[in-house]
This record gives sequence, structure tokens and C-alpha cells, in this order.
Amino acid sequence: MKTESPHNEETVLKGIPASPGIAIGPVFVFLRHAPVIEERSILTEEVERELGRLEQAIARSHKELRKILEFAEKKLGEDKVKIFEAQLMFLEDAVLFDAIYARIRSELKNPEFVVHDEIGKYHRIMLASKDEYTRERANDVEDVRNRILRNLQEQRAISRLEGSSVIVSQNLTASDTVILSRNEVLGYATDLGGITSHTALLSRALKIPAVVGLKTISHTARDAERVVLDGYSGVVVLSPTEETVKRYEAKRASYHEFEARLTGLRDLPAETLDHHRVELSVNVEFEQELEFIKLQGADGIGLYRSEYLIVGKEVFPSEEEQFNQYKLLAETMYPKRVIIRTFDIGGDKMMAESAKENNPFLGWRGIRVMLDKPDLFLEQLRAILRASARKNVALMFPMISNLKEVRRARKLLDEAKHQLRKEGIPYDSRIKVGVMVEVPSAAVIAEDLAEEVDFLSIGTNDLIQYLLAVDRGNDVVSSLYQEFNPAVVRFLRRIIDRGKKKGVWVGMCGEMAGDPLATILLLGLGLDEFSVVPNMLPEIKKIIRGVKYSEAQKIARHVLKMKTEDEIKAHLKSMMKKKFPDIPIG
Amino acid sequence: MIQCEVTIKNRAGLHTRPAALLVKLAAKYKAEFFIEKDGIEINGKSIIGVMTLAAEQGSKLLLRFSGEGEEEACQALVDLFGRGFDEK
Repeated sequence: MKTESPHNEETVLKGIPASPGIAIGPVFVFLRHAPVIEERSILTEEVERELGRLEQAIARSHKELRKILEFAEKKLGEDKVKIFEAQLMFLEDAVLFDAIYARIRSELKNPEFVVHDEIGKYHRIMLASKDEYTRERANDVEDVRNRILRNLQEQRAISRLEGSSVIVSQNLTASDTVILSRNEVLGYATDLGGITSHTALLSRALKIPAVVGLKTISHTARDAERVVLDGYSGVVVLSPTEETVKRYEAKRASYHEFEARLTGLRDLPAETLDHHRVELSVNVEFEQELEFIKLQGADGIGLYRSEYLIVGKEVFPSEEEQFNQYKLLAETMYPKRVIIRTFDIGGDKMMAESAKENNPFLGWRGIRVMLDKPDLFLEQLRAILRASARKNVALMFPMISNLKEVRRARKLLDEAKHQLRKEGIPYDSRIKVGVMVEVPSAAVIAEDLAEEVDFLSIGTNDLIQYLLAVDRGNDVVSSLYQEFNPAVVRFLRRIIDRGKKKGVWVGMCGEMAGDPLATILLLGLGLDEFSVVPNMLPEIKKIIRGVKYSEAQKIARHVLKMKTEDEIKAHLKSMMKKKFPDIPIG
Repeated sequence: MIQCEVTIKNRAGLHTRPAALLVKLAAKYKAEFFIEKDGIEINGKSIIGVMTLAAEQGSKLLLRFSGEGEEEACQALVDLFGRGFDEK
């Protein structure tokens, strides 16, 4: 299939950024054929030989998996190793293999067929399960089955690559991702998968750039074709022009350069030339990011997405487990503040119970789920409170759309406090409470919300999506998703003004907060806190430190009068080019 | 043959770790051991079988034992369910 000449036209694909970094290099298309299984009868005198063949295949599979496990233990956290332990347990299931041996003897069929058929029964049941966890395990069962079948057919696993390359595949299993990383893998690009897929989780842990959810890249890409992979933005460029390569090399270099200059910038405050100080903090998903964040000198964690505690886990984390995680964050960052957002689940995110909704973004998600699950919610609130004993923890509620939800959530918080007091467990009795403003109705009543909380944090991704009625995951309309739409800019001003008038601070933790093109505008609108992806922190800090607040306010006033997004963007771009020519703008 | 009904108390349900504990404990007894849930019956000594049950917190299971040591086996397994698989 690799006979066609590589297309030399540049092709840009957009996927989901799964692991940060920029990779430039040749493609290696990693194909995983579903094994071809033929049903064959065997003679009675062949039975022993066939059984021996199967035994050997199982033993070899066992050895392979052990190796992967050992390697994974060294390179990844304990959590990630569980995937492989489960696979080993399947391989050691005596009941299963006794049944397979017995069938080969009685039915006189070849082992390939029997293994495929017998394990297939379980695979099918698990795949059809309502329980998401069980469906995920079905992939592990299939992975084990294919491993045995491959060993039966005496094919070797591809685990050695020539030179360094970007792995392109339809989907990678956990073991593929780990095993391939023993080579010099520059990056991973897959058709399938979301931010919570095995490829995404493991590539982050392995610190290899990755983009997932590219839909068709495994068909489009050719072996040895040059590719640029941007794990920050999710863009993958096949057969890039020299100019594109140069642009990404520059982007990569500028990140490296920034990293080098971090030490200089790290201890300086996010303060304008005329000494207006804002808070510059970071969004965090995984504890593995903490080291990096400390290096960058963030003012704190502006958004900890607690739902990532659930990702890849088989159970809802217990209060104790949550407490340990929150405490780790609070202690690592101390005395800087950590804002923990309570579970934002539902919508497109996990949880076995979430039955398919026609319109998940308008469905059962965020605070709606947690208010319906007061027991789970109480446990989370207790865990957060317990971690707040040293007074550097705050919490906020996602997806608030009316005041009643805030009151109900606060009531549960009071109950959690009451319980802890009775039990004599220390916590911060004056813990700061905020809400996310990401539903238009919350923006409209920002002043009322501000009366009942300590801060507002604007979640731009959802806010823009809801305000403009655009699903940005929908390619047909995604160009209508506009951060600089005049309606968005005016809406932001409204939230910031109303909040501040009521005496609370207003922050932003959506993607827009980390967009260099938006920084001066947001500053001028009076935003008090920017919570950004860790990689963007140095750039944003540099911009803030390079302007006067009075000038930013003037620019914001000017922009507020503009009537189209094009006008606003053009204005901001030309200004940035003049003031900060070395900062790359998307 | 004896049988008894149990309810899953622990949060995880019969996920990997509890399933492994269950299978390991069952293997200590000679008695045959089957689990039935929603009309599906699987061998309780098979981890892959136990996991296909997708038994969550609150589900009811029918445990069936027959053969040597069935009483003791039943006692031990019911006890394991009762302790919620020693989940913290």
C-alpha cells in the first residue's frame, strides 16, 4: 500500500492536543491488523502438538507482558501499571485456558480458532456492558487475545524502529504506547482517542508530544513522509513546506528559549510597567505537572480540574484518596493558593452512569450532577476542606446557571464543615468559595452571584460556545467559535465590571486567558487573575510586564467600540506585532 | 449444593482488584463455584468471567457452591463480600 508516491502537498490536520511539545520528523505508520483467523480441523494425533504450540504462545505472551510491566514500572506511575497487571491476570486465568484446552481436544479445532472464539465470548459481553469501566477492560481482553494469536502465528511484535520517527496509528493500546517509547519516538498521532485515552495519559507521563482524535491520519500519512506535530495546539502538518517547518522550528526554539529565560522571569511579579499587579496562575490536571509549575513561578493554581482524579480509575475516588491528592497540591504550592474546582463530570466526560444524552453539553453535567449526588459531593467537599487547614485552598463550582445552585452547594459545604467540626478535624473555616461563569445566564446575573461568593472565574471555552451557539468540535461551524467576537468581548466586560463592583475579584481560567493576543485586552478590561496552561505562563507574564495598565485600558475601550471580530483581531495583531515582535501569535 | 445471595457493598463493585481477591480466595477451595447475575452464570474461579459480570455497587449476586468444602467456601466468600473486599 506504500507504492503511491508521497503527496507533496502540505496537509493540515486538527486533532486534540494530548501531550505538549513539538515534533518534526519522518512518519512511521504503525498498523495493527486484526489477526486473520482460519477455522481448521486437526487430527487426533496432532492434538498434543497443537496444545504444545498454544502453551508456548501463552508463555511467550506472558514474557512479553512481564517485560512491558517492568518497563512501565520504571517509567510510569503505579496507577498506569495497573492496566498491564489486569492483562497478566487474564493470561493467568486457569478456568479460561482449561476450557480452551478442553475444546481443542474435543472439537479437534486449531488453537487459533478456539482462542479467538472462546475469548471472543467474554469480549463481546464486556463490550456490550453498560458499565464504562467494563467496556474499557474489553480492550484489554482484546489486547491479550491478539497477543496470544500473534504469538501462535509466530509473528514478532513491532517494537524496534529504525531511527527516530513520529508514530502514526489508528489507535494505540497502552502496551503499544509504552513499548514503542523504548525507541526514539518523537511523537504520537492517532485517529481515535480523546484527552483521557491511554495514548494521551501515557504520552504525557512519558513526556512525548502527542495529538489524538485526528480521525483519518492513519490513512492519509505515508511512511517516511515528513510531519510536524504540535502537541500544544493539536495541529499536525503532513508534508509541510519548508516555510511551515521553519515556523514550527521557531516555535519550538522559542519555547526552549523561554524555558531558558524562565529563571530570569520566574521570581518577577505579573505587574504592568505602571505597577498594576495581577495574579498569574496555572491550570493543572495532573500532579506530575507540579514540578514544572514550580519552575515557572506561577502565583498559584487557578484551576485544578479535580475530575482528572477519576480518569483511568475504576472507582470514584474515596474521600481519603481525594484528600491525599488535594493535600499534595496544597503542600507543594504552599503558601500559594490552590483553587480546586469540584468535579465537572457529565457532558462529554466519563462516569459509567452517564447514559447517552442527545445534547450532553446542555445536559446533566457539572454542578447538576453533584447536586444530584449529595453523598459523593459531601465527600469531595470534606476532602477539600480537610486539605485547607493551612489556609491556602479555595474551591469553586462549575456550570452554575442560577443562584439556587450556589445556595444548595454552599449548604452542603456548611454541612461538611459542621461534620468536620464535630469530628474535631481541622479545616479553614473561612475557605474562599467561587463560581465558574461559563453559562450565559450566570454572566447575566454576575452581580447577584458576586454577592454570595468570594470570586468569579470565567470559563471562556464553554461561555463562548454557549453564547455563540457554536460547538467548536463541529468542523462545519467551528470557524464561528470566536474569542474576539464583539459579543464575547462586551459580555466579558459586563462580568468583570459587575463582579468587581460587588467587591469580589474576577479571574479567567479558560483558554482565552492563555492566548497572547487577548492578554492586553483582558488586562484593560480589569481582569484580576489569569489562570493559564503552564506552557503559556512565561509569554503571558512577559506581555503583562511590558505594558502600562493605563494603555491597556485605553486599548480595551477602543476595542469595545468595534463591531466585527475581524476588526478587533486585526487591531490587536498589529499592536502585538509592534510591541512584542518576538512573541508568536496563532 | 448450597447457594446464597449477596449484595455488593464496596464502591468499586467487581472491578479488577476485588475480582482478583474473589478468584484467589475461591481457588483455595475444592468446591465448584458459580456466580449468577441477571441470568448470566459464570465460573467464580475465572477472573475474566467475574469481570464480564460488570457487577456494580448495589448489585445482587447468587453464589452457588457444590462439592468438597462447599460450606466453608460459602462462608469465606460471603464474608469477603460482607467486608466490602476490605476496600478502604
